[in-house]
Amino acid sequence: MKELVIISGKGGTGKTSITGAFASLAGNSVLADCDVDAADLHLLLKPRIIKKHDFYGGSRALIRNELCTDCGKCREVCRFDAIEIRGPVSPHSQKTYQVDPVACEGCGLCAYFCPAQAIQFDLALNGEWYISGTNYGPMVHAQLGMAEGNSGKLVSRIRSEAKKIAEEEKIGNLLIDGSPGIGCPVIASITGADQVLIITEPTLSGLHDLRRVAELTRHFHIPAMVGINKWDINEELTGEITRQTKELGLTMAGKIRYSRAVTEAQVKQVPIVEYTNDGISQDIRELWQVVMEELNKS
Amino acid sequence: MKIAVASGKGGTGKTTLAVNLAYVTSHAVALLDCDVEEPNAHIFLKPEIREQHSVGVLIPEVNPEKCTLCGKCGEICQFNAIVPLPKKVLVYPELCHSCGGCMLVCPDQAVTEISREIGKIEQGQAGHIWFAHGILNVGEIMSPPMIKAVKHAVPPAELIIIDAPPGTSCPVIEAVRGVDYTILVTEPTPFGLHDLKLAVGMLRTLEINFGVVINRSDLGDQGVREYCDENSIRILAEIPDDRRIAESYSRGEIICESLPEYQSIFKTLIQTVVAKTDNKLKARA
Ligand code: SF4
Ligand code: SF4
Repeated sequence: MKELVIISGKGGTGKTSITGAFASLAGNSVLADCDVDAADLHLLLKPRIIKKHDFYGGSRALIRNELCTDCGKCREVCRFDAIEIRGPVSPHSQKTYQVDPVACEGCGLCAYFCPAQAIQFDLALNGEWYISGTNYGPMVHAQLGMAEGNSGKLVSRIRSEAKKIAEEEKIGNLLIDGSPGIGCPVIASITGADQVLIITEPTLSGLHDLRRVAELTRHFHIPAMVGINKWDINEELTGEITRQTKELGLTMAGKIRYSRAVTEAQVKQVPIVEYTNDGISQDIRELWQVVMEELNKS
Repeated sequence: MKIAVASGKGGTGKTTLAVNLAYVTSHAVALLDCDVEEPNAHIFLKPEIREQHSVGVLIPEVNPEKCTLCGKCGEICQFNAIVPLPKKVLVYPELCHSCGGCMLVCPDQAVTEISREIGKIEQGQAGHIWFAHGILNVGEIMSPPMIKAVKHAVPPAELIIIDAPPGTSCPVIEAVRGVDYTILVTEPTPFGLHDLKLAVGMLRTLEINFGVVINRSDLGDQGVREYCDENSIRILAEIPDDRRIAESYSRGEIICESLPEYQSIFKTLIQTVVAKTDNKLKARA
């Protein structure tokens, strides 16, 4: 089984549209949406949810007011300014201590040090993840709760479930839509993958972010290829990116022209290669050929 | 007054908006680029960097001479960042959330804290704009402490514009916490709408006032507008899909400089937002 992760450094470069097109071209593969912050792949692939699971990424503190003696120890030990004094006083205490669930990092110090054992510290529900069926193969995806953290752990979970399915059902390709940036969820998406495809665009920001993300793949020793989306927006920069891609020791996998059809396909909620057979779909087919060859080599 | 520019989805034009708003405002303004994973604002503003400093987080250091291998540190750590083995205690610096628990519970005072660099902050000036950004070191997992450090800057400005990272989880929450207003940038597409809903949910949970700017407004469909209508969300401005904007952006130019006809959109936008927020702040005071 080969695992390909499609990432972008900078957001909005068309990574998800390209992943969706790849799913369609591959025919049968396991798909995973690891861009849990802005999970959009399901809008193209229309998964039918087969199984739903709760996701608990960590624990969170909760002060039981009726047991609180107002000593203030929790506020003293919490380094995340998550203990607030607000609300009405209770019969047992002068101040009402409360945990701000958004600020709480889940370290558990307050619960450990509370002399009155007034703080509950339980696993917190951070979101849900799903195993689904699509026309292109099984798909694992998720929904993070509102203002929830722990996205890195959720990404690791999605990937390991997707791998399990690929092994059990003997499906050769695992296609992963990764997340933008270079932090926690991206690192969780790419560590140990066979190949990474970085989708960039010919802008100075795109080039800047490509260099950062290329440094990241090198740091974790993952072979990476580059695809330039909307290459014709700035031909000069496309040339520069091509040159720097080689310099960085990465493989130039292909370029895709700018086309409004990408947005039109998105509105119709179908992968772009099913929406049109025009130039842009040809570009994506060629890119997919090269990516497959590289993937099979790795 | 602190105003954040955020977006559920990346690449919607968040940085373009933040930079251009800072460029056209007549207030004493500062721009803080809090997208520490992929900071881009400097590409457009080309600030003269005058100060640079390293940002560190605290991690434990175990003194083997004092350590009795009692294992208490490993019990309290929720992040598997400190692991007592039969003969020594291992620390995994990248996993540590700097809560200080291991140091507090160690009965033998064997644990102390040392600072570990995770990135750096650069400060400077770009014309009338006071500028700062954070750059997370490549390979670091946690950006929130870095974002916090950028937000700690106290610029000589009445208006602080924060360029937030994309998404809706920890880094964004850190960037928008405590701001007076957030401008959400989106695109009128199904992806844009889906991610806008998540961002709206996040801001409502955090009880932060916000309005929406639709970028590349003549593309896509009506979904975003209908959603804003139904949920009484104010659309602050619409910016058309103009190939000249895309080209100027690609070269790292400030739109209002290269295409002055767009100045009025950004001027009206920042004036509206500042006036709205000013009223709210006064009403609260
Ligand atoms: S669990 Fe940690 S972060 Fe959360 S409130 Fe308690 S001490 Fe603060
Ligand atoms: S400081 Fe907190 S997170 Fe870091 S190793 Fe110690 S207990 Fe774990």
